[in-house]
Amino acid sequence: MAVKMDPIIQSPMTPQLYRVEKVIRETHDTFSLRVIPKDDSGARAFQPGQFNMLYAFGVGEVPISISGPKPSGRSMIHTIRDVGTVTHALHGLKKDQTVGLRGPFGSAWPIELAKGYDVVIMAGGIGLAPLRPALYALLEQRDQFGELSLLYGTRKPEDLLFTEEFEEWRGKYGVQVKLTVDTADSEWHGNVGVVNTLVQRVTFDPVNTIAMICGPEVMMRFAVLELKHCGVPEDQIFITMERNMKCAVGFCGHCQFGPAFICKDGPVFRYDQVKQFFGIREI
Amino acid sequence: MNKPVIIDPEGLNQLISTLTRMGFQVVGPTVREEAIVYEKLESIKDLPEGFTDEQDGGIYRLKRRSDKALFGYVVGPHSWKKFLHPPERRLWSADSEGNDFKIKPEKLESPKFAFLGVRACEMHAIAIQDKVFINDKYVDPVYQIRRENAFFIAVNCGQAGGTCFCVSMNTGPKVDTGFDLALTEILDTDRHYFVVEVGSDRGAACLEQVTHQQAQNEEVRQAEDVVEKTSGQMGRTLDTTHIKELLYDNLEHPRWDDIAERCLSCANCTMVCPTCFCSTVEDVTDITGTHAERWQKWDSCFTMDFTYLHGGEVRASTKSRYRQWLTHKLASWQDQFGSSGCVGCGRCITWCPPAIDLTEEISQIRDSETQTSKPT
Ligand SMILES: Cc1cc2nc3c(=O)[nH]c(=O)nc-3n(C[C@H](O)[C@H](O)[C@H](O)COP(=O)(O)OP(=O)(O)OC[C@H]3O[C@@H](n4cnc5c(N)ncnc54)[C@H](O)[C@@H]3O)c2cc1C
Ligand code: SF4
Ligand code: SF4
Repeated sequence: MAVKMDPIIQSPMTPQLYRVEKVIRETHDTFSLRVIPKDDSGARAFQPGQFNMLYAFGVGEVPISISGPKPSGRSMIHTIRDVGTVTHALHGLKKDQTVGLRGPFGSAWPIELAKGYDVVIMAGGIGLAPLRPALYALLEQRDQFGELSLLYGTRKPEDLLFTEEFEEWRGKYGVQVKLTVDTADSEWHGNVGVVNTLVQRVTFDPVNTIAMICGPEVMMRFAVLELKHCGVPEDQIFITMERNMKCAVGFCGHCQFGPAFICKDGPVFRYDQVKQFFGIREI
Repeated sequence: MNKPVIIDPEGLNQLISTLTRMGFQVVGPTVREEAIVYEKLESIKDLPEGFTDEQDGGIYRLKRRSDKALFGYVVGPHSWKKFLHPPERRLWSADSEGNDFKIKPEKLESPKFAFLGVRACEMHAIAIQDKVFINDKYVDPVYQIRRENAFFIAVNCGQAGGTCFCVSMNTGPKVDTGFDLALTEILDTDRHYFVVEVGSDRGAACLEQVTHQQAQNEEVRQAEDVVEKTSGQMGRTLDTTHIKELLYDNLEHPRWDDIAERCLSCANCTMVCPTCFCSTVEDVTDITGTHAERWQKWDSCFTMDFTYLHGGEVRASTKSRYRQWLTHKLASWQDQFGSSGCVGCGRCITWCPPAIDLTEEISQIRDSETQTSKPT
């Protein structure tokens, strides 16, 4: 009988080591980490909407969506808002430092399904990060889709992410990009108000539309209402859910949302499949 | 499979030594601090001979029996999950080297447990955890190897506890699957023996090392009577008809507020439950800051931080935590893993300080529905 020596746990809980290729300052509190596996195995394939667990040495591990690269790029990008202990430690990372990574995990935006449809993307705050790979995928095969709209809102103008890309999305690909902020000073000439008010300002054929929404729960609630009001069917609306997450592989139980484990059944959900639980307080 | 056989208490002792010789760590019921818990056993002397337990909502008391039964009680505060899904374990460690760090995966230990005295509901609870840790999308290697190594000597219950309702949950009192050997303890006026059913080849091989004889029809019938009698003694019942829909339709039921008045959010129910599997992780570093470890620990949906998101908890109220726990056990578990998450062992009733009883809470919610539903 063969004797196995020192079996190592091939545990889904053990991170792989990645090297920080580049740190990108996005806004005053948000930054992006572009990372590549240290063992030269090349970047792992992911689908738009999926996330990774990022580990900062000695501090902890948190779920962060994959926000890029463009389809030609090889390293994964994560766009992170510095809100607490772990995200702050990640903020401190510099080029060539090491970060632990597990993933990719979770469900994806329905890119294939959206072929032949108009697509309305609605994002609030950091919610644009997981939607950017979806946009890249749509733009890569631009002629497969009808009208494309991006409706994006943040608290203040200086919180807007990826602004340098908007012109290309508008000009080269004809995306209807509409922005709004909650509050702004006189230098802002754009919209003020919540994202759902932007729905009226773009052209799309409601019954032939796939909507993808990511943002705070209240924002998504109003966005869904507005889209339904316009006539977008519930099974063509996709939302993302966020919950505390310790393992990302369905063992820790923390991310349950009704019958769903957000880590493996989500984070992207078809609205009609979770609406029974969506909006119930403290569920 | 092989015909049932008979062994006497000394035969059970031989079984323990045989398994120990085969490299198993035999664990089973023993008395510690006024409760019957699961610990390492050396011989049948460690079993709770002549003890029974009295159980009710919030009540657990050991009592003396008039006989020398070795399994004359039901389940205590422990379950086998502490061996298969350890309460605390290191997942990996990491060492920094300048700007860099390396991760050292944990060596996979492969302990071989022989579980002696596993009840029917507990066999079902293990099958339920198998779905979480082995048969879903990802595999937990620590659970998997312990599970695959484990040897099961089950025991058919000779009496039901005051909080038991396995009959309602279809999980007992007769052990039906997964065992290597299953015992029924019989205490006649002049004889003390076990009818042993063989559930696997290795169970049969093990029995070869033990003094035994073929069971007579009369003895087999007596064993069946024991289980039959136990079925009639359930301390609790739970009507599971459309229970998923009942709970999903009543997420805003006033009963949750009523429970919240009593529930202490102490997490006892989740700790004693043999199917509850939630865990958390903790990162620790040594004083130099160059060595880091990540530990996994049992957690409970009743704790403060369980649903913490930057800015606050999703389930801040006790009401929402109890609702999550019960709805998970009895409803969403079905969607997630294709079975109930409750096996009717009654532990959560017995070990709840304010004696909250899920069977009672469900019947209150059900009754209020019947009263309010309009005739069609
Ligand atoms: C699927 C998913 C994708 C996400 N994608 C992004 C992203 O692309 N960019 C981004 O900036 N943020 C994202 N988040 C949120 C991010 O995980 C939290 O901001 C982060 O966990 C906060 O950790 P902290 O230690 O900095 O904060 P603290 O407030 O110090 O948090 C302490 C602990 O609570 C837990 N926690 C706190 N907030 C959250 C939260 N919102 N979600 C999950 N666990 C939390 C973590 O375990 C954390 O270690 C995502 C969350 C989920 C569930
Ligand atoms: S919920 Fe209560 S009765 Fe059901 S298996 Fe868990 S502890 Fe036992
Ligand atoms: S139900 Fe009982 S055991 Fe469970 S948390 Fe509440 S008080 Fe504690």
